[in-house]
Amino acid sequence: MHEIIKTDKTIPFMRYRMVAWLISGLLIVASIVSLSVNQLNWGLDFTGGTVIEVGYETAADLPAVRKTLDANGFGGAVVQNFGTQQDVLIRIEPREGVKAQELGNEILALLQSDSDGQVEMRRIEFVGPQVGDELTEQGGLAMLTALLCILIYIALRFEWRLALGAVGALAHDVIITLGLFSVLGLEFDLTVLAALLAVIGYSINDTVVVCDRVRENFRKYHKGTSEETIDGALTDTMSRTVVTSLTTILVLIALFFLGGQLIHGFATALLFGVIIGTYSSVYIASSLALALGVSREDLMPPEVEKEGEDLDPLP
Amino acid sequence: MLNKFPLWKNLMVIVILAIAALYALPNIYGEDYAVQISASRSATVNTDTLGRVEQTLEELEIAAKGVSLENDQILVRVNSDVEQLQARDALLRELGTDYIVALNLAPATPDWLASIGATPMKLGLDLRGGVHFLMEVDMQEAVRKIQDQQRDTVRAELREERIRSTSIRRQDSDVVIELRTAEDYAAAEQYLDNRYPGYTLIEEEATQTLRLRMTEAKLKETQDYAISQNVTILRNRVNELGVAEPVVQRQGAERIVVQLPGVQDTARAKEILGATATLEFRLVDDENSLRDAEMGRVPFGSELFPNRNGGNTLLREDVILTGDHIVNATSGFDENQRPQVSISLDGAGGDKMSLATRDNVGKPMATLFIEFKATGERDENDRIVFERHAEVINVATIQARLGSNFRITGISSQQEAQNLALLLRAGALIAPIQIVEERTLGPSLGKENIALGTQAIVWGFVLVVIFMVLYYKKFGLVANLALTSNLVLIIGVMSMIPGATLTLPGMAGIVLTVGMAVDANVLIFERIREEIKAKRSPQQAIHHGYDSAFSTIMDANITTLIVAVILFAVGTGPVKGFAVTLAIGIITSMFTAIVGTRAVINAVWGGKRIDKLSV
Repeated sequence: MHEIIKTDKTIPFMRYRMVAWLISGLLIVASIVSLSVNQLNWGLDFTGGTVIEVGYETAADLPAVRKTLDANGFGGAVVQNFGTQQDVLIRIEPREGVKAQELGNEILALLQSDSDGQVEMRRIEFVGPQVGDELTEQGGLAMLTALLCILIYIALRFEWRLALGAVGALAHDVIITLGLFSVLGLEFDLTVLAALLAVIGYSINDTVVVCDRVRENFRKYHKGTSEETIDGALTDTMSRTVVTSLTTILVLIALFFLGGQLIHGFATALLFGVIIGTYSSVYIASSLALALGVSREDLMPPEVEKEGEDLDPLP
Repeated sequence: MLNKFPLWKNLMVIVILAIAALYALPNIYGEDYAVQISASRSATVNTDTLGRVEQTLEELEIAAKGVSLENDQILVRVNSDVEQLQARDALLRELGTDYIVALNLAPATPDWLASIGATPMKLGLDLRGGVHFLMEVDMQEAVRKIQDQQRDTVRAELREERIRSTSIRRQDSDVVIELRTAEDYAAAEQYLDNRYPGYTLIEEEATQTLRLRMTEAKLKETQDYAISQNVTILRNRVNELGVAEPVVQRQGAERIVVQLPGVQDTARAKEILGATATLEFRLVDDENSLRDAEMGRVPFGSELFPNRNGGNTLLREDVILTGDHIVNATSGFDENQRPQVSISLDGAGGDKMSLATRDNVGKPMATLFIEFKATGERDENDRIVFERHAEVINVATIQARLGSNFRITGISSQQEAQNLALLLRAGALIAPIQIVEERTLGPSLGKENIALGTQAIVWGFVLVVIFMVLYYKKFGLVANLALTSNLVLIIGVMSMIPGATLTLPGMAGIVLTVGMAVDANVLIFERIREEIKAKRSPQQAIHHGYDSAFSTIMDANITTLIVAVILFAVGTGPVKGFAVTLAIGIITSMFTAIVGTRAVINAVWGGKRIDKLSV
């Protein structure tokens, strides 16, 4: 029998909660500072504009591509390799008075006429500025709706202090993941937004498991302080937390290395988010609930509720 | 105690998995290169066409995998993409412009699977290659046009009622009527009140002004009309592109999504979608001989045009009216239950029509439909060459002097009337459209994405499987069985739901599900371990492990499901694909991890006395 965590003794997680608060506080402050100074490297989906991905037969000569574009009035274009040496990604911001819909094909024709070998069109994307603005609004709204729905569900199923703790932990994950994207200047596109929501989904999954145990232990053991009960619950769920995080991280590593350039941002956000989410469901969610004063009385079942049967599961 | 499942539960697990596996099966057969032939406007696809197609293929010495005629379409399956192109070009030459010949990929699903409705998963454009357009309809323009027409109507009617006004004009989306005197104001107010459905009258007595404002319902109706009109026209044009399985769909209040799988030449697609069609009403030249004109002696002041019956019609050169004056055209029935088309013109159009028909009652008038079609050739500037196609689509006798509302009767069939109305409307888009988003993916990138996504799924799966066996031993094997069934279930369900599309983020969703799906089993197994530590018997440990983990699993998964639903609601295209696979994965994983593994564990360990359990 393999066991990653020996669970004979209760691990005093909550004793170190001040350290966790400090680390999380610093990370959040750093994230917010970076978000306001560096901001996010918004992707095409949000800013609008045109992206053209072309494939050359041999390693592409980026300076030559830039020169061609400059000479033909596409001065502001960002030209970079995408994934491999042969792939080139060209991004052009939306401009006044230019028919953006035609841009993609024009540039493609330009590169094709300028190159000796074959230039293959891999991808052209054009997003109008108004679509991008709407998306930013929708994305933010989606995030808030998700948090609110979860808050309500957990408050109904469990208790408002645990719900606030859980949602606080989720906000913590989202802010720090955004912070990472801001600090590293990674592109924030629609798939990364989806990944952030998936991080919320994963992290809440983790947190609910812990909350469930906290409630169960409060009901089962009538002795001990709130802190001891929470420590006990965290210790009980620790090996599950580690195993599930490990399997998830394993598949995400596969996605990160094998999924290709198009979902690299997605995989990065998820990988980082899952690690942060695991940490936050252990430390942030429960210590927040503890700070809010969660106690045994709050989690005792109402007298008539059927769940009372769970208290004594012996047949 | 013993852990045993009733027979029905075991059967349920087996049946569900068998069905899912059956419907997932078509995905492993892949696709054939195919050429798809359907009829354009005037032609039909029948066994004759089938014969011609087979003949052409024989001449090319292409051994087709299959040629079938179904749903008014012929599908030719060939062995390679080279043959596919050869066949397409030859069939285009043979069949001419009456038929649409499109390249397609047809699922190579065996007949017995196809007969139970099993089809492979639909692939999104990011996996298949193709073009996605998001088009926006200019709603302000649509409202403006309708209000201009309303203004003209009001003007004409007040004149007829001898109510004098200083000005009648459109201001933003209101029609503003300023009256000359208090009597006129009172008369106008009485006349206009409740006169037009869909409008409310706002009275401003102090300035002797009346305002006609569209009601919310009318505004919505106008917008719906503008959208559906554009959708109809885009559909027609997309059909002309000869694309297999195109999508033209309304999205939200004022947008239309157009997806053209497999189309590479976006420039051509855009130009055809944006191509203009116009209409002209002209008098028929019945004074000169049609025969002479057909022999090449077209009289001065007249022009010869083909008509829909395969013959020709001689028309006067003077245009009575162009299609941009048409506000609406609907098909219906006249008093004698014969099909008819009712046409509404704007004010200026009504005046022109009235003037032109005054002296021509009893004479035939023709409707000429003009389209600019791409020829597929390019000029020296690499621009697509457009060809003007003009066709007489209707000839009707002018029965009386016409105004802004008139109708064309004597149409042979209901179908014909509908077609005519559609063409009339096509010549008169009330609102222009604009492309606001475009995504084009080359076919190689699509294939690459499939390969990458599959690799990530396979490796993620292998890593998790190895880990589970190492960590949980025999129970790990059971969990792996559940994980495998879960994959089959996801693919089966995705194939069964008609609207579900697999995208690259969708594949990422499957990868993520593989990682998270074992969570339920981890929860259960950890519980069982705890129970064993608490000195319960193995059978009790299994029983309680499953029981106490159940509510935790439910709560955890429901919250994740909430997130997936929100993601689905706000996401577009690829992201929706992610939400779909995530949601399906969560639900199927609960089934396989709770019910599925229990069935196996009960069958293996549950029916006998055991002293030791290795979890």
